Amino acid sequence: MNKPENIEERLWDYIDGAGSAEERLFVEQLIASNAAWKARYQELLELQDLLSHRLELDEPSMRFTQNIMEAISKHHIAPAAKTYINKRIIWSIAGFFLCCIIGFLIAGLAQVHWTGGSTTDNSLVNLNKINLDKVDTSKFFNNTYTTIFMMVNVVLGLVALDMYLRGRKRRAIGNGQ
Amino acid sequence: MQTGPVDNEIINKVLQGDQAQYAQLVKRYQNFVFTIVLRYTPNREDAEEIAQDVFVKAYRSLADFRGESKFSTWLYTIVTTTCITFLRKKKVPIQSLDTEQVFEVADSQNSDFKANQVEQKSKLQVINEALRLLSIDDARIITLFYQAEQSLEEIGRILGIEPNTAKVKLHRARQRLKEKMEKHFSEAVKDMVG
Repeated sequence: MNKPENIEERLWDYIDGAGSAEERLFVEQLIASNAAWKARYQELLELQDLLSHRLELDEPSMRFTQNIMEAISKHHIAPAAKTYINKRIIWSIAGFFLCCIIGFLIAGLAQVHWTGGSTTDNSLVNLNKINLDKVDTSKFFNNTYTTIFMMVNVVLGLVALDMYLRGRKRRAIGNGQ
Repeated sequence: MQTGPVDNEIINKVLQGDQAQYAQLVKRYQNFVFTIVLRYTPNREDAEEIAQDVFVKAYRSLADFRGESKFSTWLYTIVTTTCITFLRKKKVPIQSLDTEQVFEVADSQNSDFKANQVEQKSKLQVINEALRLLSIDDARIITLFYQAEQSLEEIGRILGIEPNTAKVKLHRARQRLKEKMEKHFSEAVKDMVG
């Protein structure tokens, strides 16, 4: 808890104004009462002052702005990506994948031996009589290509979900929430 | 820091066809952009070329700036991607955090510092020299936080990392900067404190 690294980390949080009010109060008391904490705090505060107020920005050459204005005079502002990205195409691609998944499911389920050889009734399948324990799903799930396809779809789904959640988080940060 | 019309007003004018207004944005951010670029490459000519490229790219993509973040945050994202592309093209290894080799290389580069030279250094020189001894990752995050005045959330957005990761990286970078200052400029640091 009171390792030098921990002290520094907590002091930096205090200097940056991060952390909860309770934590800040606790650190404040430690600085006031503990000589080691006080000394380290003074040290970090000096570094903070150097970084915040003494660092100067480098300046490019005098012609910098002029060079850029000359360069952009040859360019046009590209249209916003949202204006040329056709959402219909994206939805079509999504629809294609969805159809593929449904198609594979139907094709796979059609190959399943529902009666499982347990009944002597050769008439139409009576759903009430299906014994799920004896359903032969081997033809469906033993197909390597189907498994690979399903795996790829699951991964793509997770990537899409991750992108969506990250986007939401970024928008929330951007809106100052 | 910012005087005159706000960034979004200028951007709207530029988007409406008033290209000359873009000069205001360039003047406002050129030093910030140039300083960040210098953290990636010490060569001023290269840095100026990259910085120019950044502003041209930003101009061309201006319609994509949706105002969800500050213009500076959006601009520094372009700086980061442009610098990484430049380093890849030049085949300069992009030094990553936590690589001890980085610090060994930095230390060896600094072996010619002599005590009497160090004593004469101003506070500003000391901190700038120490920053140059840091890895790109460390120098970049310190520059973004202190010089470009970006918050941890904004740094996270620029570097494509979580704000908490940015906080940890900043903490480590400051720690290493302090170590560098103590190791290489201890005399000058004592003078500063004293």
